Amino acid sequence: MNSPDVPGDLAQALAATPAHLTALHERLAAAAEVGGVLDIAYRTVDTPVGTLLLAATELGLVRVAYASENHYAVLQTLADRISPRILAAPTRLDATARELDEYFAGRRRSFDLALDWRLSAGFRATVLQHLATDVAYGQTATYGTVAQLAGNPKAVRAVGTACATNPLPVIVPCHRVVRSDGGMGGYLGGPDAKRTLLTLEATA
Amino acid sequence: MKKQSFETVVADHGPTVLRVCLAVLGPGEADDAWSETFLSAMKAYPDLPADANVEAWLVTIAHRKAVDVTRAAARRAIPVDEVPEACAAPGADARDLDLVEAMSKLPAKQKQAVAYHYLASLPYADVAAILGGTTDAARRASADGIAALRRSYPGITEPGTTASGITGEQR
Repeated sequence: MNSPDVPGDLAQALAATPAHLTALHERLAAAAEVGGVLDIAYRTVDTPVGTLLLAATELGLVRVAYASENHYAVLQTLADRISPRILAAPTRLDATARELDEYFAGRRRSFDLALDWRLSAGFRATVLQHLATDVAYGQTATYGTVAQLAGNPKAVRAVGTACATNPLPVIVPCHRVVRSDGGMGGYLGGPDAKRTLLTLEATA
Repeated sequence: MKKQSFETVVADHGPTVLRVCLAVLGPGEADDAWSETFLSAMKAYPDLPADANVEAWLVTIAHRKAVDVTRAAARRAIPVDEVPEACAAPGADARDLDLVEAMSKLPAKQKQAVAYHYLASLPYADVAAILGGTTDAARRASADGIAALRRSYPGITEPGTTASGITGEQR
């Protein structure tokens, strides 16, 4: 006790519990939502294709990300491209999480959610919007067919790029786009995730 | 330089700002001050320069919120015999409780100087900018505060040589 560490002891004595900090975080998220400063709310959900990150602006769901995309990097991209006013705030995503639960349980065949399309533009956006409306649950379409639907039959590769950069996978069903030779084709969530989704939709 | 998500700001600085609020205000008002600090900060965050010192910025906002809270409490002014119940971490031992209680009894300036320099690690120049006054005055208030806290330790009855006055940063 010759030289007590007063600042160190003080910091320790005033340390809050994780539960206390969690409660304060929840209070902040609620106040930010009410105050209109929560530009992006996010949460994660555990699904048969791994942990998905869900992020929503005030307009609607703006991003769904596979774990393989690195959720931390995805949030940083949202901060750069939309707004850094981002908090983990599950309430705004309750409906999305519920519909995904129902989908993975085989009890939902389409999503009824407000979508914020601002992360896709141009031909890619056109492709994704056609996918969202024209290729039904349980069906598949080739890259060429989707290129036709999007109004540019030659843009087969661009369809591949649109799918590979889909900001709303699962919800916007790029997993239903397959190769014309019968091969499954690539998928931003990995081939296992694509197979899981196609099998689910074929059997549910 | 990229600006981090506000979630990262809360995760990185939330615990320190809460300690500062607890140290300056005590447990009764710390949660409100913390919440108002981060809500205000979130509103202003898009305009904060990307290279700003986020913790100093947050502590500056927390200081203003604490002053507001203290003024509001003074207006409500219900005189009490005892200082507010000391709040320490669960599992805190008797010495921690004594220390927190001693902190709650410090004069406001000393309490703030100790909190901002030792709990939030701000250099004295930043502490002086928040409190007003000179860097030397901030250093002295902090040293006096630490010396008073040191006396709360069992077995130490005299301020002694208060080495803390010269161990602090000289910035």
